Amino acid sequence: MERPKEEKEYSFNDSKKINRRLLLGSVAASAVIALVKTTTGQLVPAAVPKPVSVPADPTKLQGPPPGTLGTRSPFEQLAKKTSDTSSRTPLQSLYGIITPSDLHFERHHGGVPVIDPTTYKLVIHGMVKKPMTFTLNDLKRFPSVSRIAFLECSGNFRSGKQEMTPQEICGLTSQSEWTGVMLSTLFREVGASPKATWFLAEGSDASVMTRSIPMGKGWNDAMIAYGQNGEALRPQQGYPARLFLPGWEGNTNVKWIRRIEVSDQPFMTREETSKYTENIKDGKIRQFSFDMDARSIITFPAYPVQLDKGWVEIKGLAWSGRGKILKVEVSVDAGKKWYPTTLQEPVLDKAHTRFRFLWKWNGHETEIMSRAIDETGYRQPTLQQLTDARGADMGGYHLNPITAWIIKRDGSVLFKPEKWK
Amino acid sequence: MLLLFLAALSITSCKDKQEDEVIVYNKNPEAQLNTDSATQTKIITEMPATFGIGRKATNAEIKAWDIDVRADGKGLPYGSGNATEGKVIFTQKCAACHGKEGEGGAYARLVGAMGDTVKAKTIGNYWPWSTTLFDYIRRTMPYNMPGSLKDDEVYSLTAYLLYRNKIIDSTKNIDAKSLPKVVMPARQYYVDDDRRGGPEVR
Repeated sequence: MERPKEEKEYSFNDSKKINRRLLLGSVAASAVIALVKTTTGQLVPAAVPKPVSVPADPTKLQGPPPGTLGTRSPFEQLAKKTSDTSSRTPLQSLYGIITPSDLHFERHHGGVPVIDPTTYKLVIHGMVKKPMTFTLNDLKRFPSVSRIAFLECSGNFRSGKQEMTPQEICGLTSQSEWTGVMLSTLFREVGASPKATWFLAEGSDASVMTRSIPMGKGWNDAMIAYGQNGEALRPQQGYPARLFLPGWEGNTNVKWIRRIEVSDQPFMTREETSKYTENIKDGKIRQFSFDMDARSIITFPAYPVQLDKGWVEIKGLAWSGRGKILKVEVSVDAGKKWYPTTLQEPVLDKAHTRFRFLWKWNGHETEIMSRAIDETGYRQPTLQQLTDARGADMGGYHLNPITAWIIKRDGSVLFKPEKWK
Repeated sequence: MLLLFLAALSITSCKDKQEDEVIVYNKNPEAQLNTDSATQTKIITEMPATFGIGRKATNAEIKAWDIDVRADGKGLPYGSGNATEGKVIFTQKCAACHGKEGEGGAYARLVGAMGDTVKAKTIGNYWPWSTTLFDYIRRTMPYNMPGSLKDDEVYSLTAYLLYRNKIIDSTKNIDAKSLPKVVMPARQYYVDDDRRGGPEVR
C-alpha cells in the first residue's frame, strides 16, 4: 500500500530542517549537565540542548525499545529561569493546568537538603496530649488525600522593562496534584489542645525555616504532602514531606518539614516579620498576609511571540487563593471593553484555571489584558488600584495587578511595565 | 474439604469474639455490605479518634530540635552576651557578608536606625521583635556554617546588632530575661492582614 505522498514529504523535509537548526544551536553540546555561574558566582545547572540525530524518514528505521524512564522530547527545551534566590516556571510554554514537577518554581532559604526517607521523622509536640514522632511510612499509613492546587510565592511580580516573558513577570507560581495526610488527622492523633491557636512549622534545610500558622488552617485544609503529580515529592518541593496550605503564600508551605509545635501564640519568626510582610498606607506594615488574592495573566500572545494577523486564541491562567475562579475577562482595546472568556474545565478550588478567548487581530497596534474574578467577588485590581489602597510605598509582596501586553503593528508583543514608585 | 477445615480452625482458634469482628469505616451508615460469612461486620461512621500510628516522641528528640524562641522569650536558653564581645564575633564570622559593621555587603544590610536615611529594611527600622534576632541567628547563621554558634555568641551578636541599630547601649547585658524586654522601634507599625476577599481591594 502506498503512503500518502504529502505525509512522506512532510516528515522528511521537516525533520531535516529541525535537525540542522538544533545542531547549529547546540554549540556546547554535551552529555553531562553543564554548570553556569550566576552574577554572585553561584553554580547552577544550565539547560544545554543536546545534539539530536534525526533520521531522514522515521518510518524506515526501528526506534529504541521501551525504557525504564520516559524522556522529554529533545526538541522541547523547557527550562526554569534561575536567579540567585529562585527559579521560575515557564508559564508561556505549558499546556493545561498541571506544572510538570521538574518545572515547578523554586524558592529556598538554605538550598535543597538531601534527606534520607528511611530516617526521616516528623515530631509534633507542644500543646498536645501526646507528643509524637512519625516516620515517612507512618505518614503514608494514615488515610490519604489528593488535591490539585496551585502554590505561589507571595513575591511573585516583576516589572521594569518591555522585554519580559510571563515566566519573568510571574513565574513563581506552579500547580501540582498533591498527595498526603490531612494535618487534622495528625492533630487528632496527638490530641492537639482545643485551646491552641497557632502552630510552628519547621523545615530541616540549612535555614531551619519556620513559620507560624493559625490552628484554624491546620484543622481546615492543611496537608502533610509526600506525593506530587503521581510520584514522591521532588527534593526541590520538600522531599520527603512538606506542609501544604492550599491558597496560602508559598513561604508558609514549609518544605522538608521536621517539626510542628502547637502553641497559643505566633512565634514571630524572621520570615513572618522582617520578610513576607508589606508596607501599606500610613507607615503601617502588614503581617500574616496568608491568602493569595485572585490573579490572571495572558500567556499567549506574550513576549517574545511574533503574532500573525487573523484569528488568535488568547490563552492564559487565572487563580485565587480564596476559592474558585468565577470568571476571567479579557480586553483587546487597552481596557475599554471587557469580554467574558471560556474557562477550561476543571475549574477547581484554589487552583490554576485555564481561560481561552478567540479574537481576530486586524493588525492595528493595541493592548490586551485579562482580569480574574473569584467566587468571593474579588476582581483582580489594576496596579493603580493597588497603589490607591496601599500607598505608593507599598511593598513587593502580594502584588497581583492586571498585566497588559502591547501588540505592535509588526506583530511583536511586548510587556507593558507600569511604574508605581 | 481442606478449606472448610482451615475455616473451622480459624474460627475455633479465635477465642476472643472481637477478633472475628470485621470493622470498617463508611461515612454513609446505610451502605449495604455484602456479608455472608460467620464474621460480624461493624460499620463505623465516625473516623476513629486515633489510628495508633506513630510513637511517643522522646524528650531527647524534642529537646534536640526544639530551638525556637517565642516573642515572649519562651525558649531562650541559659547564657548571656554584650555588644563588645559581639563586635569581635561579628568581625570574624559575619562581616564578610554583612559589611564591617553591619552596613551591608554581598548580603543584607543589618544596620539602619529608625529615622536614618537608610532605604534598606534593617533591624533598626523594620524588625518588630528582639527575640527574632536570637532565634534567627542561632538557627541558621553564619551562612557558611549554619547553626554553629554557641548560645553566648548568639547573645553577644544580638546585643551588638541591637547596639549598632541604636536600640540598646554598648554595655547592656543581654540574656533570657533582658532580651524579651527590648522593645523594637518598628513594632508599633505592625498590623494584621485585613484583606478578606470580596470586592474591596486592600
